[in-house]
Amino acid sequence: MLSIILLSVFGIVLLYLGFLKSRAVLLPATLFFILLTLGAGFLEWNKSYLYFGDMLLVSNTAILFTGIVLVSAFMVVSLSGDFLDDEAAQPAEYYAILLFSIVGAIMMIAYENLIMLFVGVEILSVSMYVLTGSDKKNLRSNEAALKYFLMGAFATGIMLFGIALLYGAAGSFTLTDIKGYIALSQGRPSLLLYMGVLLILIGMLFKVSAAPFHFWTPDVYEGAPTLFTAFMSTVVKTAGFAALLQLLSVAFGAIYGFWWITLAAITGLTLLVGNLTAAYQDSFKRMMAYSSISHAGYLLIGLAALGPQSKQALVFYSLAYSVATIAAFGILLVVAKQRVTDGRPDDTYSAFNGLSRQNPLLAFILAVSMLSLAGIPLTAGFWGKFMVFSAAIDKGMVWILVLAVLMSAVGIYYYFRVVIAMYFREGSSTYIQVAPFYRFVLIAATAITIILGLVPGLFQNLM
Amino acid sequence: MLTLSILLFPILAALLVLAVGGKQAKQIAFLGALVELGLSGYAFFSFVPDATSQFAFDYPWIAAGSIRFSAGIDGVSLLLVVLTGLLTPLIILSAFRHTYERPAVFYALILFMQAALMGVFTARDAFLFYLYFEAALIPIYFLAASWGGENRIAVTFKFFVYTIFGSLFMLVALVYLYFKTSTTAGLHSSAITDLYNLTLSATEQTWIFWAFFIAFAIKMPVFPFHTWQPDTYVESPTPATMLLAGIMLKMGVYGVIRLLLPIVPEGVDMWGTTAIVLSVIGIVYGAIIAIRQRDIKRLIAYSSFSHVGLMAAGVFSQTSYGIQGALVQMLAHGINVVGMFFVADIIASRTNTRLLDQMGGITRYTPKLTVYFMILLLGSVALPLTNGFVGEFLLLAGVFEYNNILGAIAGLTIIFGAVYMLRLFQKAMFGKTTDVTTGFKDVSGSESWVFIPLCIMVFWIGLVPNSFLKLTEPAVANLLQFIK
Repeated sequence: MLSIILLSVFGIVLLYLGFLKSRAVLLPATLFFILLTLGAGFLEWNKSYLYFGDMLLVSNTAILFTGIVLVSAFMVVSLSGDFLDDEAAQPAEYYAILLFSIVGAIMMIAYENLIMLFVGVEILSVSMYVLTGSDKKNLRSNEAALKYFLMGAFATGIMLFGIALLYGAAGSFTLTDIKGYIALSQGRPSLLLYMGVLLILIGMLFKVSAAPFHFWTPDVYEGAPTLFTAFMSTVVKTAGFAALLQLLSVAFGAIYGFWWITLAAITGLTLLVGNLTAAYQDSFKRMMAYSSISHAGYLLIGLAALGPQSKQALVFYSLAYSVATIAAFGILLVVAKQRVTDGRPDDTYSAFNGLSRQNPLLAFILAVSMLSLAGIPLTAGFWGKFMVFSAAIDKGMVWILVLAVLMSAVGIYYYFRVVIAMYFREGSSTYIQVAPFYRFVLIAATAITIILGLVPGLFQNLM
Repeated sequence: MLTLSILLFPILAALLVLAVGGKQAKQIAFLGALVELGLSGYAFFSFVPDATSQFAFDYPWIAAGSIRFSAGIDGVSLLLVVLTGLLTPLIILSAFRHTYERPAVFYALILFMQAALMGVFTARDAFLFYLYFEAALIPIYFLAASWGGENRIAVTFKFFVYTIFGSLFMLVALVYLYFKTSTTAGLHSSAITDLYNLTLSATEQTWIFWAFFIAFAIKMPVFPFHTWQPDTYVESPTPATMLLAGIMLKMGVYGVIRLLLPIVPEGVDMWGTTAIVLSVIGIVYGAIIAIRQRDIKRLIAYSSFSHVGLMAAGVFSQTSYGIQGALVQMLAHGINVVGMFFVADIIASRTNTRLLDQMGGITRYTPKLTVYFMILLLGSVALPLTNGFVGEFLLLAGVFEYNNILGAIAGLTIIFGAVYMLRLFQKAMFGKTTDVTTGFKDVSGSESWVFIPLCIMVFWIGLVPNSFLKLTEPAVANLLQFIK
């Protein structure tokens, strides 16, 4: 678990770097730190062991999820060049908080002990509350932060309650002990355990914004600075699903019959709410918020149909979703700046009008991202959906699948509104300039989407 | 290797068109399409008439090789490969008379479309088929939505969402079938022929039948899934309309023959009659609406809807006549409908109107156009010795064998077809000249070069249908073994 230590140290170093006069060094330093951590993470490849008094478990799955989180963070940070020009911003603090939050994410991914899960969730959440409110003079940013904090704290409280009940039942916080307890109880574990499972699930489902625990999502996504929205919708979601996968497959695998119906119902609701509401949005950012809810629904299918394929499906889906989402937000950042009213960038669909003429490359990148999110073949998003659907079919969950298919069609509707705006609607004809490095990161995200779409096997072989 | 070149060459040509761009775009695209025509022509002439898949290739692709990049040409694919190969250069040539904005992108999209269509018609792996089936939508969507008419954005959007929605059901069915196949070393198989051999329960047969049926019925389209079609045909630029009506709707019919019939034969036994009834409703309904149209492009769109209904009915009759007829009729209809849309395009662009009431007397100025138009029209109304006759006769024979009454109603198509087509010809070509048709210019040299191959094909298929039927027969007989 070199990554956790490295990131914590780097975070502190960054805070000190903030004292330097030149802000220009911060961005490359942060990127370098993330890359270093990514490399260090893969040093532990194929070495499965417990760490820190059985608190954390190093495994290949954990390393892959960590990799996705770090790649997402790398991209988000690379798109943050604007902070350095903004007088009011405090980039050193932002970057440090981002690194600390990744520490939390990694703990959520690699925990073996429920205490670690709780600490990870808290580290990640508190960082997010702060970053959401970092646009201090903006009323909506403040509102979002407060809303997120109040509801998030409440959800964490519920989760903690669940963990306590589990401890009451099993007498231990570690996943393997809980698994052992369930095995020993011969199909009749204490009622406390069932309550605990449900409460922990509620807490985690809040974090990944599954319906009906999703109400904070659109307001928070809209209010937060776009860059942190990108971070939130990818890193938090990936970490949340990795944590759920670990919890459900290791500790609660034996009582699948108990929780799968609950999860399947929530999956259906999430798919419905996310997709149908997204179709009615006029703001791109709010649409992306509901789209993130709907993707939580697709990912949940992989959990509700927990089986040998789930792990692969979730890892692949998270990666496909993350790169596409970051590319989309990255382009929103550039495009929205073109038209600022009342100090707020324009984040409606109409901001994209005529983008194919203003900058064909950006239009192409956003189009590929939208296609991938919509799950059109030959993009990574298609194979993500494909794997999730396969897992569901393997379990015979045909009804959920039919719903998911119908909702995918709705998804095509709202993702394509962006494509239509870019390619077929008239907009201003001023060319939009993008810095070379910014462009490079966006191209890299698109390349990942297309390459994984053509040869998904490249990534599958890792598992 | 031949199939691989057929699949990859249009993509290379499209990239070349994009790279060179500018004024040369259309010439390069045309040359590329001609080479592709040569390749598919070579496949046609060196094809050995038996039931095997020829010129095939097979590479491992996804999931440790259980999903394979594998394609080949058999008797069912062959005519459609030829159709795609033949029509694409003609469609590109027919577009020469217009100047499109950003020509490189325009012609590259047509070539991408061709690559996807070839993929659909040659894929031997179910998932590869699905991927190409979906991939074909993207270029045609951009063609129609970028260069189309006034109302293009809303109309093509409906088309896109509608058709993707349908094919998602097919995806679910395919994934389901994939997991039903027996495993070797923990891996399933998605080869289409492996799916033929599955044993499925009655419930499975039913829902897989409907999953496939909705996907293909929307694509064809069959009544009542046709509502996207007339508007999309009318709003698209003519080359895109030609691609849609000439080739793309055949993807649906082909899908039924390739996947639906052999995989769920009992499903077809249970629900085939429903499918045929819907198709026959489409035949009559489409024809009646076509008779009432004033807009020539819309008239041809509805005629196409009516014709494809007959193909669907013939295929669902599960008879050798019906399937053979559908294969030949797909070729014939593609040729006729592309010709008809070209005539409509010529008339519309010279008179600046598509309304029949404002036309008349064109024939006075245009001996050549009249002849070409007449030949294509006779093909469309299935006059004996033209291409339409062979296909429609076999199709009707197939439906008749299945059910006399449905066959009789489907037979109305020939009468109705004559009514709307002759009305079109009469109103546009004969009668008094009007303001807009005075001084109508006859077809130019390059326009003739579109018509001549089409007219040759009309007679070739009409006079020597056996040169086509004998190629498809063994494959169809083989297919029927899985059905019975």
